Amino acid sequence: MRTTVYVPGDAAALALGADAVAEAIMAGAAARGIELRLIRNGTRGMVWREPLVEVVTPEGRIAYGPVTVDVVGGLFAANFLAGGEHPLRLGPTEQIPWLARQQRRVSRRLGVVDPRSLTDYVARGGGEGLRRARAMAPAAIVQAIADSGLRGRGGAAFPAGIKWRTVHDAAATQKYVVCNADEGDSGTFSDRMLMEGDPFCLLEGMAIAGLAVGANRGYIYVRSEYPHAIAALQAALAAAGDFLGGFHVEVRKGAGSYVCGEETALLESLEGRRGIVRSKPPLPAIEGLFGRPTLIHNVITLASVPDILAGGAAAYRDLGIGRSRGTLPFQLAGNIRHGGLVEVPFGLTLRELLYDFGGGSRSGRPLRAVQVGGPLGAYLPEAQFDTPLDYEAFAAIGAGLGHGGIVAFDDTVDMAKQARYAMKFCAIESCGKCTPCRIGSTRGVEVIDRIRAGDRAQIDLLEDLCETMVQGSACAMGSMTPIPVLSALNHFPEDFA
Amino acid sequence: MDTNAILGRILHAHREQPGALLPVLHEIQEAVGFIPPQTVPVIATALNLSRAEVHGVISYYHHFRQEPAGRHVVRVCCAEACQAVGGEALAEHARTRLAGSEVTLEPVYCLGLCACGPAVQVDDTQLHAAMTPAKFDALLARLESEQ
Repeated sequence: MRTTVYVPGDAAALALGADAVAEAIMAGAAARGIELRLIRNGTRGMVWREPLVEVVTPEGRIAYGPVTVDVVGGLFAANFLAGGEHPLRLGPTEQIPWLARQQRRVSRRLGVVDPRSLTDYVARGGGEGLRRARAMAPAAIVQAIADSGLRGRGGAAFPAGIKWRTVHDAAATQKYVVCNADEGDSGTFSDRMLMEGDPFCLLEGMAIAGLAVGANRGYIYVRSEYPHAIAALQAALAAAGDFLGGFHVEVRKGAGSYVCGEETALLESLEGRRGIVRSKPPLPAIEGLFGRPTLIHNVITLASVPDILAGGAAAYRDLGIGRSRGTLPFQLAGNIRHGGLVEVPFGLTLRELLYDFGGGSRSGRPLRAVQVGGPLGAYLPEAQFDTPLDYEAFAAIGAGLGHGGIVAFDDTVDMAKQARYAMKFCAIESCGKCTPCRIGSTRGVEVIDRIRAGDRAQIDLLEDLCETMVQGSACAMGSMTPIPVLSALNHFPEDFA
Repeated sequence: MDTNAILGRILHAHREQPGALLPVLHEIQEAVGFIPPQTVPVIATALNLSRAEVHGVISYYHHFRQEPAGRHVVRVCCAEACQAVGGEALAEHARTRLAGSEVTLEPVYCLGLCACGPAVQVDDTQLHAAMTPAKFDALLARLESEQ
């Protein structure tokens, strides 16, 4: 019998040399007259151990990592195809503490399944949610989502059930389901990993959403920086056959505009225009893509849907704390020792995530600041690390969980420089529609430059400018850029001296 | 195939697609390497848009180029997660190293490789993580030797 070997085809694994490792393993097997079945799975999310090679043995899947080309010969010598001992052997994958301590729901098949195989997807529980949804009335599907407590995972955390009900109730001959896969926040990669590692899960979630709201067409808008995700989705669509029933999905490629992650700018872009935000109302749920009622969610939100339908709303709602129900796949990034994907129920503290999972800084120096929720998220000092990971608890300290991206910085960071970067990024990416964002961001860079040059009187001006941006901007780009700026200023004033 | 023939084929393939402008521009850039200015009026006519609308879209999005790139395009991530692990020093090294080179250097704001930065992308699909100036030089040497 041929031994099955998994070598991830995930972009992070590829960036760490997975293709060369896969080739070396196949060449090593051929040289020894061994026939192998090689599967390019997604990542398990333990990025620091990529490329993580897994071998299927009678005792289950055994992991080795991080594997480099020069150790492949040693792995063969150690008989890794039978799960043999080797310094890189991590044991049965499912029992690796970093994974075993997680509660994976939306990422349950990530790294497990062959992302190109619908058969494998179905064999591992995929399709059950859609099967159940087909036997339900649309209103009952909407109710299940509302009962689950699911909130939009893209950053705004708006209750999904309300959106679904609004689109369901809108009368129109054509409605759309749009997946926002414009995951532009630095420190986030859960959407990318899911699209590359379990694309059928997203497609199934969209098809269920289509049944619920009465839409037979869907679009996935993927950023151009994610070519591997686009390829994985297209391969899955080509292999989907009639799995999605009459639901038609088209993958669209973005073109390098951060603000297109804002839902109305994304719709403009899908329609073939500059990605400039629309005024709300009307809400996309009423007048969205091509003027039709549109359900728009990010990848993780839609990919959470099959699990909710298959396992029941109550099972999902029972996880989490307060009004933050279910799980969030957090992403540990930046200067962190054990970076990657950590899916846990809401309620852990930031400190537990940073140290129990993350293992502290990669550099070995003390962690000084952590930015949570992307370029528009607050910088938190060590004193706030005990905040529970909960939407409301973060809002209470003037921060947000956003898309669950956590970027760690050690004590070499210059927080005035990070504040300047926040303004600079806003200036680069502003769509230009409103003045506070378009002009304010450039003035913000100048003011911070003067502060850094020693003019402390400019701090009042910076605070005033931030106030104008918060109050006067049309969307989150301009109104939230002050969050990283002011949190850096307030928590780390010594860097602005 | 000359640019006109490519353009005609692409426009024909997308003639019934709603909101076709971005897919059309992507295909032109993939086939030609950039979006030649003389294609703008043809695209505009085919999609029933004004030339200003087409030009506006091309110039709005960072991804679209109006002139050819160098032999290779190297993008260095300049976003926060890569900054936290030496991304700025790497970007500075790349700028110095590639001044006057035939390789086009561009900043990119996140490649989704945030747990293994600093990250670099070469020619859209080739990715490199945990980059250092020394590894960057080795990468360039490989690119330059390919010719």
